[in-house]
Order: sequence, then structure tokens, then C-alpha cells
Amino acid sequence: MPIFINGREFELKPGETVLEVALRNDIYIPHLCFHPKTGKAGKCRACIVEVEGRRGLLTSCNLVAEEGMKVVTDSKQVKDAQKIIVDLILSSGHHDCLSCEQNGNCELQDAAYYLGIERPSFDLAPAEIETDNSSEFIFVDRSKCISCGRCVEGCTRTVVNEVLNFANRGFETRISFDNELPMGESTCVQCGECVQLCPVGAIIDSRMIGRGRTWELEKVETVCPYCGVGCKLEMHVDRQKNEIIRVTGVEDSPTNEGMLCVKGRYGFDFVSSQDRITTPLIKENGKFRAADWAEVIPYVGKKLKAIKKEFGSDAIAGLTSAKVTNEENFAFQKFMRSEIGTNNVDHCARL
Amino acid sequence: MSLKRTDVLLCCGSGCVSAGSLKIKSKLIEVIEQHGLSSEINIIETGCMGPCDYGPVMLVYPEGIFYKKVQVKDVEELVEEHFLKGRPVKRLMLKSEDTIFQTKKDIPFYKNQVKVALENCGYIDPEKIDEYIAMGGYEALGRAVTEMNPEEVIDIIKKSGLRGRGGGGFPTGLKWENVKNSESDQKYVICNGDEGDPGAFMDRSLLEGDPHKILEGMMIAAYATGANYGFFYIRAEYPLAIKRIKNALSQAKEYGLLGNDILGSGFSFDAEVRTGAGAFVCGEETALIASIKGERGQPVSKPPYPSESGVYQKPTLVNNVETLGNIATIINKGADWFASMGTATSKGTKVFALTGDVKNTGLVEVPMGITLHDLIFEVGGGMVAGKKFKAVQLGGPSGGCLTADHLDTAIDYESLREKGAMMGSGGVIVMADNNCMVNIAKFFLEFSLDESCGKCTPCRVGLKEMYTILENITAGKGRSGDIEKLENLGKTISGTSLCGLGQAAPNPVLSTIRYFRQEYESHIEAKSCPTCVCLDLMHFDIDKDKCIGCSLCAQKCPVNCISGSREEKYTIHQADCIKCGNCQEVCPVNAVDKISGAAEKEEKLNSVAELYQ
Ligand SMILES: Cc1cc2nc3c(=O)[nH]c(=O)nc-3n(C[C@H](O)[C@H](O)[C@H](O)COP(=O)(O)O)c2cc1C
Ligand code: SF4
Ligand code: SF4
Ligand code: SF4
Ligand code: SF4
Ligand code: SF4
Ligand code: FES
Repeated sequence: MPIFINGREFELKPGETVLEVALRNDIYIPHLCFHPKTGKAGKCRACIVEVEGRRGLLTSCNLVAEEGMKVVTDSKQVKDAQKIIVDLILSSGHHDCLSCEQNGNCELQDAAYYLGIERPSFDLAPAEIETDNSSEFIFVDRSKCISCGRCVEGCTRTVVNEVLNFANRGFETRISFDNELPMGESTCVQCGECVQLCPVGAIIDSRMIGRGRTWELEKVETVCPYCGVGCKLEMHVDRQKNEIIRVTGVEDSPTNEGMLCVKGRYGFDFVSSQDRITTPLIKENGKFRAADWAEVIPYVGKKLKAIKKEFGSDAIAGLTSAKVTNEENFAFQKFMRSEIGTNNVDHCARL
Repeated sequence: MSLKRTDVLLCCGSGCVSAGSLKIKSKLIEVIEQHGLSSEINIIETGCMGPCDYGPVMLVYPEGIFYKKVQVKDVEELVEEHFLKGRPVKRLMLKSEDTIFQTKKDIPFYKNQVKVALENCGYIDPEKIDEYIAMGGYEALGRAVTEMNPEEVIDIIKKSGLRGRGGGGFPTGLKWENVKNSESDQKYVICNGDEGDPGAFMDRSLLEGDPHKILEGMMIAAYATGANYGFFYIRAEYPLAIKRIKNALSQAKEYGLLGNDILGSGFSFDAEVRTGAGAFVCGEETALIASIKGERGQPVSKPPYPSESGVYQKPTLVNNVETLGNIATIINKGADWFASMGTATSKGTKVFALTGDVKNTGLVEVPMGITLHDLIFEVGGGMVAGKKFKAVQLGGPSGGCLTADHLDTAIDYESLREKGAMMGSGGVIVMADNNCMVNIAKFFLEFSLDESCGKCTPCRVGLKEMYTILENITAGKGRSGDIEKLENLGKTISGTSLCGLGQAAPNPVLSTIRYFRQEYESHIEAKSCPTCVCLDLMHFDIDKDKCIGCSLCAQKCPVNCISGSREEKYTIHQADCIKCGNCQEVCPVNAVDKISGAAEKEEKLNSVAELYQ
């Protein structure tokens, strides 16, 4: 038997929650703490629904879907309560969407829009905006934090760095790095998983600030150029300036499930660096000059042959890079062994 | 036990200890020794006897004479007159208008009580396992583990109708059965001794006054559910309770009542004490379990219930102290006996902590189904002199307030909930008519606001908003529509919060709006606090007809805002008054009145000198 959501029938997979069935079928239920990777938290309470025969409102993110269940996500009772909840969240922070980097890519904004909340009704925002830009790549604005806990969960259980947690309790609850240290002084490794998971603009990439709205940037899916793990990532590119603005992990990639390391996520400025070598160089009279591949390849071949002849194969060593593909590395060692005739071949091994 | 001619039971519950009972004990020992009576008189330190307001209290047997407010200076007279010459000291006995209550049995405070959980409390020395055993202790455990199988034990508890005393009222037998039916290689039992409600001390008194009884209850529960390890979760603010439980555990171990193969039955059990850091929310079972595991003490969504997945993901039984305190007696006296007390849905007795404007504050145990009236006016002895009953708050900080119209309500889980209050853990605060209900609601809400763990939105943010509205109302800044806003927020918070704290926190506000709406309206619309509690909504005024012009008030006013003369009488210049109340206190003829409503503020004067021009 299927499950009924707002009168429509849906098949359910074993173990799925009502929220998961709904989202899979493009039925939106506001949800701010649930994330497929960090799982149900039951914290935000925005995902409440009604179920026929059950008393009161139930959070759909931790309600296991059952056959024959009749769920209503859009009754007046549900929406009124959701509206108060989302309004409370919105009212307890400084949400100035106009200048927020997350504008257009914000789950709180989505929920408020869905519920028709124009502006917060309650006056609960902290008197002062508290930001933390002490770390290299990540900017924290606690006045936008909605205490959803995804960053904490991600840092603790997904990437197991155990830097983030909640400090204090009740209305004073706040995210904390180690023991309330500035992020830059904490043991944070700047992996950016928290940025990836934050539904709002509370933890963001500091280098993207002011460099383009999310809808202006082109998203290009690619593989991380660094190590052999091959994490799938998405580059957010400003085509006009031909610049990469930010990098995010791709959640549905089986290799990395959205996770990236500090290099993959933040080490992309070399791409457009002025210092980057873009042509082969030949050193003449102690000085490099630019050359092209057509000139360089025969030149190198000639030199290698000469050395091999005079000093033997083992006078030559080859070093390759972790940034190239396995196939390229394979070809290179093959070349060193069978063409040059030496086992002197290595790899930088790390980045 | 004592073979001496007189037993002096000295209450050493926390209330009496703080009133000085330990000093009395050492003085007693000293004076008794001086009189050479040491071999005849036995001094026994007991747990809480109940009437804490009269502490330190003392009971002398065989006569059963009850002494109240005993001071160190009374000890010589007690020893010489009573213990030596057999003439009880009348002036230390409890009396009502015309009668002196000769013995404990005559005292109305005790007369209407039925002690089950508290049966030994205040009667035995809680640090001596022999005294507990002499009262029939550990008999129930022995019978359970040697003569009954777990199903039979659960059956008795089910038939008794016992429901959880920790607030929820969940049927205890059913909970045990759920744990028993959860398959696992390891199960745990937790005794919830967190007791975070301000003013509540039922569980503390039980743990302090009869620790073995709680341990015995826990062991029977463990046997019935298949657990072999227990945790006593007790807040660090209860050092005596922790000490007594630890002591009970080591004595029981010594006697072979704890450990492997208890009484040759094959049942093994051990337990330890875990101290809580005093967060109210850690009394909630899932938060408590998180705390035991060393995690941040905050609740998690149920299901799974602890009975399926609790401590270290193993099936775990969580029971309240008082719940466990009933178990041995039910096994001994039978399910029918227990079920014969109470109402259709709520059986047995319940311990309440009576506080507020009643004559007898303290710990009482009464049969379920007793009316609020009897609890307050019979057991509690009625209102303190000169005060009129206005409301009673039941169920702790997140309970509800009931009114004089509800005094006939029989106390049981359902009838209280229906009326907007709840059993909670048994806190009863009686309030006289000088209490402002808006202010009371704000007071209780502030507690929940402070104790919210912050995990879920409605409780973390919603309570803050409700509190802000109440603050505004009591400061004269209420706006029309505020009541509806409070109701709307309150209902949403109740309906959508993750745990019982948030779900119940709006109760004091919702119940006072329900029963005292006009008080809210007068704060908001008329800017007037009818009971003159909210300082921004009242003022002091001097009744010129009564004032004798003595100038005492003007002298005592810290801001010099009273002026006048013998002929003209005195006047308060409202603009400067800080409402300290000094003038009212010092006026010899009670000419200073509290008046509801803010004063019409005249223009602020620049200096005191101007007053006298
Ligand atoms: C905020 C909150 C605080 C609680 N505090 C206590 C407490 O201090 N003691 C207690 O026994 N139960 C407390 N409870 C109830 C427990 O969660 C649990 O239901 C109870 O310990 C179960 O025992 P019982 O079935 O014997 O009542 C609390 C519940 C909530 C929601
Ligand atoms: S976090 Fe979301 S709601 Fe808040 S300001 Fe940014 S875009 Fe707006
Ligand atoms: S960047 Fe990574 S390590 Fe640092 S706080 Fe975020 S998740 Fe934790
Ligand atoms: S910083 Fe972001 S992810 Fe972390 S709790 Fe706040 S809103 Fe949630
Ligand atoms: S209702 Fe309050 S105490 Fe309970 S989980 Fe939510 S925030 Fe924490
Ligand atoms: S209440 Fe205090 S400040 Fe006001 S008039 Fe009386 S004494 Fe002065
Ligand atoms: S998504 Fe369900 S409570 Fe947050």
C-alpha cells in the first residue's frame, strides 16, 4: 500500500521518513535542520505535518513513513504553526538578505517565502552583530545562525574533526569552536564542511564575499585537480572575469559525498595566479625564456639521450605529480623504465 | 535496634539540617552524657519527617511526642524535664488555637496522610541497613527473586495501577514490560533523582530518608526487566542524598544483597551513582541518558524510547525515585491494597511538596483523589494568618494555576491536566490574594526560559518572545493584542516543542490567561496592576485624612520625594518616587497606601529645594 501525502499516492522505500518521501516527489516541506548527510535532528521543528489518526503536529523528518499513512503538509493548522516557527527563527537573527552572500541559496529564505513571511514579526535579534573572520578561508556571522546544528554534526560525525559544538543553552545557545575560541585559533583545519552544510549565511567562504550573487555564477562540475581521491566538486565561476569565485563539494558524488579538504575547497587561486607558468621555459645564460612544446620536446629528448649515453641510465631520475591522472603517472613510469632504463622514478606523494 | 527506654528521632532532612538539627544532636549527646543517660536514651538521625516549616523537629518514643522548632538552648530543658522526669515540654509542642497536640498521631498535618513511599522516612536511621531490614526491608526483593518470575512481578505492578511519579504518569508495569520485551544482551535501570523543579524536595527526601527502599525498588525493577546494572542519577546539589545512596550501596554489598547471584537466585545486580550538574532538562529521560554518556545534556526525539535504546543504545528503564519507592511496598502488601487507594485512573498515594502561603509547608503523602481543598486546608492547615486563598500552582514551574473554583477537584493525572494544571513531580505552591498572576506567570516562564536547552526553535526562541511580552505587560508597555499573541505562541510552543520542557513551559501563562484574563487586561488596557505587585503599574499615596504629619516617611524616603508639614500633611511627588516602600513601612498610622495604576506623573522637579519653596 502506498502513502498518501496531500491526497496523492506515493510509493515508499523501506525506512524512509515522511520528509524523504515528500522531497523525493517534489513536495516541499520546510526543513532547516535535516540534511541527507547529517540526518534527522528534530531541532528546527519547521517540518511539522499532520497525520490522520495521530494527535497533534509531528515532525516529518523523523517520522518513519508507513503504508497507508495519510499525511497533510499544507493545512491551515500546519502552515500557521510553521509560520510562527520560521518567523521566530527569522526574528532571532539579523537577516538582511540584500547584502547576504546566501541570498538566493538560503533554506531559511526558501521557507519564509513558502510561508509568505514578509518581515520578521518579533524583535529578538541580538543588539550587536558578532562576526569572526579570524580564520583563513571561513567567515562566521553568528547573528545569522539558526542553531540548526548541521555544522556541528558535520564537523563531529562526517569529517570527525570535532571542532564545532554548541556552547551555552536556551536563547543564549551559540556555535563554538573548541572552547569558544576564535575560529582561526581553534583546531579547525578549514575543510569547509560546515560551510557546505550551513543552510543560511552564517558560515560562508570569506573569499566569495562581494564577488557575485549565486545566480550570476556559472556552476561547473569537475574533479578536484589535487590528489588521487578524485573528489567531485563544483566551481562557481564568474565567466565575465574568468575567475573561480568558490568551490563546493558535490553531495551526490560517491567518492566524497560533498566533503573536500582545505586544498580542494580553497586552494584554487593558482588557476588565475599571475605567477603561474603557462608555457615551457628554457634556461639560457642563467635566464629563463619562454618556449613552446614543439621546440621543447625534441630539445629535452636530445639532452636525455646525451646524458644516458655519457653517464648511463641511472644518472637520470624522473619526478611526477599527484595532480595528474593515474593514467598519466602510469605512462610516465613506463617511459622512465623502458625508454630511459632506470627505476629512478618517483612521485611527489603529497601536495 | 535500640534496647534503650527512649528513642529520640531527630529529623536530619536537609530542611532541618539547615535549621540546625546537627547542632542539636551534638548538644543532646553532651547533655545526655552529663546526666548519665547515655545507656538509656537512643538518638536516631532520620530523614525528612515532613513539616519542614517547623524544623528542626523531633519525635520522642515510646510516647510519640512531637517537638517543633527545637533550639540548642531548649536541649537542657528537654533532657531534664522530659527524658529524666517524664514531663514533656509543652511549649515546644505543636498547637492550634486552643489545643496542644500531645502526640504525632493527633496532629492534623499527619492525620490525613497515608505514607507508602515515605513509610520509613523520618522513622528510621537511613544510614543503617539493619533498621531498614527491621522494618521489613529487602523482604520484597527476596520474595521477588526467589519465588516469582519476572512476568509475575510485572503483573503485580500492572495490577496495582502504579503510574510514573516523575511527571508523565506512564503506567509503570507497562514500561517494565516494554523493557523486558526488548531483546538485548545488556539492559540498564536508571533511577531519576534529578528533581530540578524549584521548591521540590520529594525525591531528595526519599533518597536521604530511606535510600535502601529506593535501591530495593530498583533491584526489583531490574529483576523484572532483565537488567543487571543501575544508575542513580542525582544532582550534585544533593550531596547528602548522594552520600546516603552510596552508603546504601556499600552496605547492601556487604550484606550480599548486591552483587552476583543475589540470595542464591541467580540474579545479579550492581549499581552506581552518577551526579548531574543541575540542568533542569537533564531530568528529561533522553537528556539524562545523554548526560550519563558524557554528552551535552539535551533531549533527543522519541522514538526510539529508552525502553528500546537508552544508555549505550541498550534497552533502559528510567523510573522516578518515588515510583521506585512504592515498589517494595506493593510487592509486600499486594496490588489490590495499593489499587484500593485513589481514583479510577490514578492509584495509590502521591508525595507533594507544599509551599507558599499555607500554614504547614513541607512534605506530605496523601492518597490520590484527595481534593485540592483537603490538601491545602486540612493537611496544609489552611492559609497563613490574614491571607486569602487566590490560586494554587501545581506541577512545578511548567504546571498550571488553578483557582478557588477548582478546590473540589480530586487530584489525579487526568483531572488536573483537563483543567490546565498537571501532577508534575508534585510541587504545590499555594498563593494568597496579594499575588499578581501576570507576574507569577512571568516568574515561572523565566525559569523555563533559563533552563531551555536551546535545541529546538519553539522553546529556544518562542519562550523568549513570550517572556518579552510579559515583561512589557508588567512594565506598563503592554499593547492590545498581547494576550492573543501569548495564547497563539503558547499553543504553538506546546504543540511543536521537542521535549516536555518546551511542551509544558507555556502552561503557567496559558492557565493564568484562562482563569485570570481580567488581570492581564487591566495590566494592558488600564495600565494597572490590581495587586500592586508590578511597580510600574501602581503607586504609593498618602491618605491625608489618616496622616498625622509626623514626617517619618519624609525622613526615610531615600530620594527625598515626600514633602509637607504637620498642618498640610505629607505628599509624595510621584515623578521622583522609586517605589521602595519605605514610607509605607515606617508610617505609624498606616496612612501610606499602595494604589493600583501608575500615578499621574507631575512635572519632574529640578531639586529637592524646590519642594520646600
Ligand atoms: C524537562 C523535564 C524534566 C524532568 N525532570 C524529571 C525529574 O527531575 N525527575 C524525574 O523523575 N522525572 C523527570 N522528568 C520525567 C522523565 O523524563 C521521565 O519521564 C521519568 O523519569 C520516568 O519515570 P516514571 O515513569 O517513574 O515517572 C522530566 C521530564 C521533563 C520533560
Ligand atoms: S541567511 Fe538567508 S535569510 Fe538570512 S540574510 Fe542570508 S539569505 Fe537572508
Ligand atoms: S572547517 Fe572543517 S574542521 Fe573547521 S569547523 Fe568547519 S567542519 Fe570543522
Ligand atoms: S552555523 Fe549554520 S549550520 Fe551551524 S548551526 Fe548555525 S545555521 Fe546551522
Ligand atoms: S523543548 Fe526546550 S528543553 Fe526540550 S529540546 Fe526543545 S529547547 Fe531543549
Ligand atoms: S516608596 Fe520610597 S521613594 Fe517612594 S515615596 Fe515612599 S519612601 Fe519615597
Ligand atoms: S527538519 Fe525536521 S525538525 Fe528540522
